[in-house]
Amino acid sequence: MSSSAQTILKFTTVTKAWARGSGGLQKVSFSVAKGEFVFLTGPSGAGKSTILKLCYMDELPSAGEVRVSGLSSMNAKRVEVSRLRRKLGIVFQDFRLLEDRTAWANVAFALEVTGTNQKSIPARVQKVLERVGLGPKMQAMPTELSGGEQQRVAIARALVNDPFVLLADEPTGNLDDRASRAVFQLLRDINTSGTAVMMATHDLDLVRNSGFRSLELNKGALVYDSADAPLPERES
Amino acid sequence: MSLALREVWTAFRRAPGLGVLSVFTVAFSLFAFGLFGLVAYNTRLALERLEERVEIRAYVTEGTEADAVAAAVGDIRAFPEVANVTYVSPEDALKRARVEMAEFKDVFEPEFLPASMEVRLKPGMRDPEQVKAVSKRLNGYPFVDDVRYGEEWVQKFYSVRRAATAAGIILGIAFAFAAMIIIGSTIRTSVLARSREIGIMRLVGATDGFIRAPFLIDGLLKGLIGGVMAVVLMWVTRAALTATVLAFQFFPTPVLLLGIVIGAVIGFLGSAVSVGRQLKRV
Repeated sequence: MSSSAQTILKFTTVTKAWARGSGGLQKVSFSVAKGEFVFLTGPSGAGKSTILKLCYMDELPSAGEVRVSGLSSMNAKRVEVSRLRRKLGIVFQDFRLLEDRTAWANVAFALEVTGTNQKSIPARVQKVLERVGLGPKMQAMPTELSGGEQQRVAIARALVNDPFVLLADEPTGNLDDRASRAVFQLLRDINTSGTAVMMATHDLDLVRNSGFRSLELNKGALVYDSADAPLPERES
Repeated sequence: MSLALREVWTAFRRAPGLGVLSVFTVAFSLFAFGLFGLVAYNTRLALERLEERVEIRAYVTEGTEADAVAAAVGDIRAFPEVANVTYVSPEDALKRARVEMAEFKDVFEPEFLPASMEVRLKPGMRDPEQVKAVSKRLNGYPFVDDVRYGEEWVQKFYSVRRAATAAGIILGIAFAFAAMIIIGSTIRTSVLARSREIGIMRLVGATDGFIRAPFLIDGLLKGLIGGVMAVVLMWVTRAALTATVLAFQFFPTPVLLLGIVIGAVIGFLGSAVSVGRQLKRV
C-alpha cells in the first residue's frame, strides 16, 4: 500500500475476545487504501469474518480501534453505523437474498429502506443489474437463478449505493469453479472502477494468481501482510 | 410511511396464515378477558341492584301526631346519607301486605300493622357502619318504637361484595397477563419470521426507526383488528346468553372503545419489544 494513498479503513491493535473464549482477534493492525483490493486468508476460525464484521461494525473491538471512513469504533453511534453501511457493500457466501422477491426487488430494497428518492430507484437498479450481467433476469426470483447469479444479485445490491469499499465474506465459497471465477472477475471489474474490495477466501490459487495484496490470519493474529513481503510458496 | 405500509402488506401476503393467526390470537385472548369482564360487570350490576334494596324501617308509635311525623320526615330527608324517606301509614302497610302475601290477605287487619318511615340511603353510603349510624339517629326520635334494617343481611351482603371485588381484581389481572403473554408471543413469532429481512435492512444501512416502523404498524393493526373481533365475539356471546340463559347487560360504548384501544396498544407494544430484541442481535 502506498503511504501517500488515502486510508479508508484502519485497524489499530484490535483485539476481539468472544464470550465463549475461543477465536477472536489479537492485536491486529493494518490499513486499506482507497481503491485497493485486499484478500483475507487463513484457516477456518482464523478471524477473517471477524475482521469483516468489525469493518461494518456489526461487532466492536474489545480493545484497540477500528476506523472506517473517519468513523471510529470507539464512539460510533448506531445511527452513524447505519449511515456508514450505506457507503459499504457487504456480500456473503450464502447470498442473503429475500427469497420471495425478484432480483430487481432485492436490489431496490436496499435503496428503499435507506430512504432513497423513489423516482431514482428504477434507473439505478436497472443500471447496476446490467453491470453485473443480470439485465435479462431482473424479474427472476432467487430460486430461478443459479448460485453464481444469486451472488451477482447480492453484489448488485451491495453496489447500488455506490460504496467506497466492498466487503465480501467468501463470496465464491458456495459456487462451482466456473461461477467462482466469473464472480471474482466481476469483483475485479468493480475494483478497477475505483471501489476498494476486501475479500475473505480459502482459494489460495486465486490469491496467488491475482497479484493483489493479501493478509493472512492464524488463530486471530495477523501473521502475514503481502504489502510488507511477497507471498510465500505454500500448499494450497 | 408508504413504504412501511407496503412492507406490512408484503409481509402479510408472504405469510397470510401467520398474519391471520396473530389477529385471531389477539382476538381470542381479548375475548377471554372480555368475557370475564362481562361476567364481572354483570355481577357488579346485580350487586348494585341488590344493594338498592338496603333500607331502614323506623316504626312509629301508635297515636303519634301526623305533624310530628311530617316534621321528622323533613329532618331525615336532610341527612347527608339519605336518598329518600317515605311515610307508610297502617292502611298503606295493609295494602302492601295484601299484595305481597296474597295467600294471607284475609288474615291481615289494619290495627296489627304499625305506621313506619322507610328510609333509603344514597349509593356508596349503604355499608353496615353507615346504615347502623343512621338507624341510631332514627332511634333517637321519641315517637320511634323500633328500627330495623336486617343487620345480618347487610353484613353478609357486604362480605359477598368484598369477596366478589377481590376475586374480580385478581382474576382480571391474571386474565390480562395471560392475554398479554399470548399476544406478545404470537407477535414475537411473526417478527422472528422476518428476522432475515431485519438483518438485511441493518446491513444495507436502514436506521432502527425505519426498520421498526412496519413492525409497529403491523402490531398496531393486528391489535386493532383483534380488538374489534373480540368486541364482535363478545356481542354475539352476550346475545346468545341473553336468549338462552340469563339477561346480560353489554358493556357501555366507552368501555368497548377502551377494549379496542387496549388491543391496539398491546399489539403495538408487543411488536416494539420483539423488534427491539431482534435489532439488538443484528
